[in-house]
Amino acid sequence: MGPEVLHDVSFTINSGDFRYLVGPSGAGKTSLLRLMYLAQRPSRGLISMFGSDVMVARRKDLVALRRKIGVVFQDYRLLEHLSALDNVALPLRVAGAKEAEIQTHVSELLAWVGLADHIHALPASLSGGQKQRVAIARAVITRPRLLLADEPTGNLDESLGQRLIRLFEELNRIGTTVVIATHNKNLVARNPHPVLALGSGEIYAEDLDGKAG
Amino acid sequence: MARRVPAVVPLGRDAPSRFLPWVFALMVYLAVLALTGVLILHSAVERWQRGEVGTLTVQVMPGPEGSEAARMTLVHIVLSEIEGVTEIRVVPQSESLALIERWLGVGNVPDDLALPRLIDVAVAPGSGLNAESLSLRLKASLTGVSVDDAKEWLDRLADFGRSLELLALAVVILIGLAAVATVVFTTRMGLSIHRDVIELLHLIGARDGYVAAQFQRQAMLLGLRGGLLGIVFAVATLYGLRHVAGRLETPLAPDIPVAHWAWALLAAVPLVTALIAMITARVTALRELAKMP
Repeated sequence: MGPEVLHDVSFTINSGDFRYLVGPSGAGKTSLLRLMYLAQRPSRGLISMFGSDVMVARRKDLVALRRKIGVVFQDYRLLEHLSALDNVALPLRVAGAKEAEIQTHVSELLAWVGLADHIHALPASLSGGQKQRVAIARAVITRPRLLLADEPTGNLDESLGQRLIRLFEELNRIGTTVVIATHNKNLVARNPHPVLALGSGEIYAEDLDGKAG
Repeated sequence: MARRVPAVVPLGRDAPSRFLPWVFALMVYLAVLALTGVLILHSAVERWQRGEVGTLTVQVMPGPEGSEAARMTLVHIVLSEIEGVTEIRVVPQSESLALIERWLGVGNVPDDLALPRLIDVAVAPGSGLNAESLSLRLKASLTGVSVDDAKEWLDRLADFGRSLELLALAVVILIGLAAVATVVFTTRMGLSIHRDVIELLHLIGARDGYVAAQFQRQAMLLGLRGGLLGIVFAVATLYGLRHVAGRLETPLAPDIPVAHWAWALLAAVPLVTALIAMITARVTALRELAKMP
């Protein structure tokens, strides 16, 4: 077992919340997100998601929990051999959706994020910003109950970043809980929402009024 | 036309996907040959045990000069009167000489070598005639006659054949086990190479069965591709052997199986290989995936 990355972390995110997770590099944002998107379980403590205790949940029960979560990874994690369309379609295919529905929904979503002309493009031929938009489309294609995004605007210009936050807020308005890990203070200031501040592996500030930045 | 959905885990690009069909082809080739050996031996052993060869050989020892023709005629008459004798063939002296020449070399047989005359006697199955009873009947009419029964040494041959049959079956089983081990190894390798992709699939909600299906489909395709290649080479080899065996003029020469069921059994080998590969890949993948978070 490696060194303890997170400790004394205790917080609650209610259904329908929109939160920023802020903190300097190395503060443990990505580790906390990994716990939240169930990539791993904590060595000790308690995580309860959607009414299930993650610590004691059986491995096969995690599948249903993971399908309620959409994740935008910092490094996108696109499959290089699949087109933009097939990358975005992945969560639907995994869930057994019909191919006709998949084609329609994915095409619409890719058009919405401005990639209508790149549907069949492989990630290698896309710019950083375009890859990020594909990753975002993949995260929201299933209308998840919880959306976790790790530095989602990192490679986007300001207007596209703003447009992306509008998308997240739109999803939040229709019931999706959103958590965005970022160190972009301007983004937080221009789009105020409650903030969880993480430093040295622990939560040191919780600004529920969304005034921190 | 519906768009073809690409493989989620790009197993087709891995090194095993390039060499595995050839490994399967070799295994299927060897398995088909071994299985053919089993079928040939099985049918030969059955035939020998049924006494289908059913031939007794009468030896008429050389007698005083000039008496040979008369003795042969007498033996022929006696034999043709015995119930159950279906065929009598006097083996030409040149044929007997040829048998000796195989051992002594052509031209090395002395001219004055006194060779017994041979008569092949085919007996009807179930007639109850054997070397002993036939010998008694012949000795009642003349001396210097003996009868050999091929069945005795055929029985020993059958025992040997059965041992070879078991050996060939063991070879088929070993080939199957080698195929299983190969698939286990390549599946584990694939899981290791594509660990990132698999973790991503899990994170977006894929069940282990979905991931395992990627591996089982690939293993089945490679097994089928290699299996078909192997069976083509094996059938070509068998046709060649059949051609050679057809030139052997002996009742003991084994037949390459021609029955429809035998060919169907051989044709099923690639399918069985693909099935074994598929099941092995699935079981291996599921066991390995269960160890992941």
